[in-house]
Amino acid sequence: MTWSKEQMADKVISLFENHSTVNLGIGLPTLIAERIPEDLEIMIHSENGVLGVKGRPHKDHVSPTLINAGKETIAIGKGSSFFDSALSFGMIRGGHLDYCVLGGMEVDVQGNLANWMIPGKKVTGMGGAMDLVHGAKTIIVMMTHFNKASQPKLLEKCRLPLTGLHVVDIVVTDMGIFSIEEGRYKIKELAQGIQKDDLGLGNNLVREP
Amino acid sequence: MATQNKSKIFSNAREALSDFKSGMSLMSGGFGLCGIPENCIDALTEMDVKDLTVISNNIGNSGRGLVKILVQHKIKKAFCSYVGGNPDLEKQMFAKEIDVELVPQGTFSERIRASGMGIRGFFTPTGAGTLVAEGKEERMFDRPCILEMPLHADFAIIKAQKADPYGNVWFKETARNFSPLMAMAAKVTVVEVEEFVELGDIPPEDVHLAGIFVQRIFKGKNYKNDIEFLKVKED
Repeated sequence: MTWSKEQMADKVISLFENHSTVNLGIGLPTLIAERIPEDLEIMIHSENGVLGVKGRPHKDHVSPTLINAGKETIAIGKGSSFFDSALSFGMIRGGHLDYCVLGGMEVDVQGNLANWMIPGKKVTGMGGAMDLVHGAKTIIVMMTHFNKASQPKLLEKCRLPLTGLHVVDIVVTDMGIFSIEEGRYKIKELAQGIQKDDLGLGNNLVREP
Repeated sequence: MATQNKSKIFSNAREALSDFKSGMSLMSGGFGLCGIPENCIDALTEMDVKDLTVISNNIGNSGRGLVKILVQHKIKKAFCSYVGGNPDLEKQMFAKEIDVELVPQGTFSERIRASGMGIRGFFTPTGAGTLVAEGKEERMFDRPCILEMPLHADFAIIKAQKADPYGNVWFKETARNFSPLMAMAAKVTVVEVEEFVELGDIPPEDVHLAGIFVQRIFKGKNYKNDIEFLKVKED
């Protein structure tokens, strides 16, 4: 059984050390903000200029000027702060964040990430992703294991235009958790019932423990 | 008379933008629809201007914001970081009706900041080894970095919650985003506000953008403050 989006989010959260600061990318990773357990003190950064995101607001406390980078309304916790975009990206580029979680279209064994355009088909723009991959101490990619055409998104070499070179540390998919070490994928955990053969990875791409 | 000439206070967007002309460059604050200068954008829809270079993170979204002047084909070139959720822009891009330079958001912010701060260029790891690096000088530091240049503009239009007559500005929540940076990078910065306050009403410690960076101020009206994606806690 593959993991649900919520289970994937919880797996990512299990990787966070207490008292860390985390940036959550647009798409799947935004789910994480709503699922941080009470006993874990995590400061969530959103690159549009806020530290201290605390999930969704109560319907009586919605503010059009209080949003995350996905342009969704948010709530903030005690100890939050607001700042301009240059300072926000200074926090990123300056290496002040502990973790950054991004969505992905393709990852490869060199830790390369592609997630901002499909030539001739789709251009969303890179937004903050190209900065984020050079900012946090640990870069986590959270994405489905296979694309809509049933091809694995963990590759030997990315085919799409890159977001960053040699940047990804850990990939959490709906099938497992993988770290990128010495040019291979190391399987950290697999969803229950998922076998190595289900992953669509060549044997030469998987690093044996 | 002298003091009157130096006044930064204007009555509305049309008056504050009266010398904004075709072919000029324009920075427009806001992230998505959060903190966008609604009155100035509406004024631009009514003005006879074209061939504009627009520098703004999103060039509007979902048919709103700067999309209003985009669909009037007033924009010749755009600098932005994200076009997702803006089908009108994507359409004009693919039809080659507009020249779009996609800039990573941190580089976008820093290029604007650098312009206002007198920095002539900077090296950043962002975009090294990607399409963004094409044609740019590369230098090896702890990792490969590329040279990025400042972004200037003739005009900046920004929206804030409060401003005083000197142009000291206070932004609400995450509506600050690119606006203070753009105010520093443009020759003429027009600030539209929800509340026009007296000198001293914004405590000096709480001034987010000092009035030195602001040339024109007016009190806006009929703000929609649209929410793009309403998410609330279910209980």
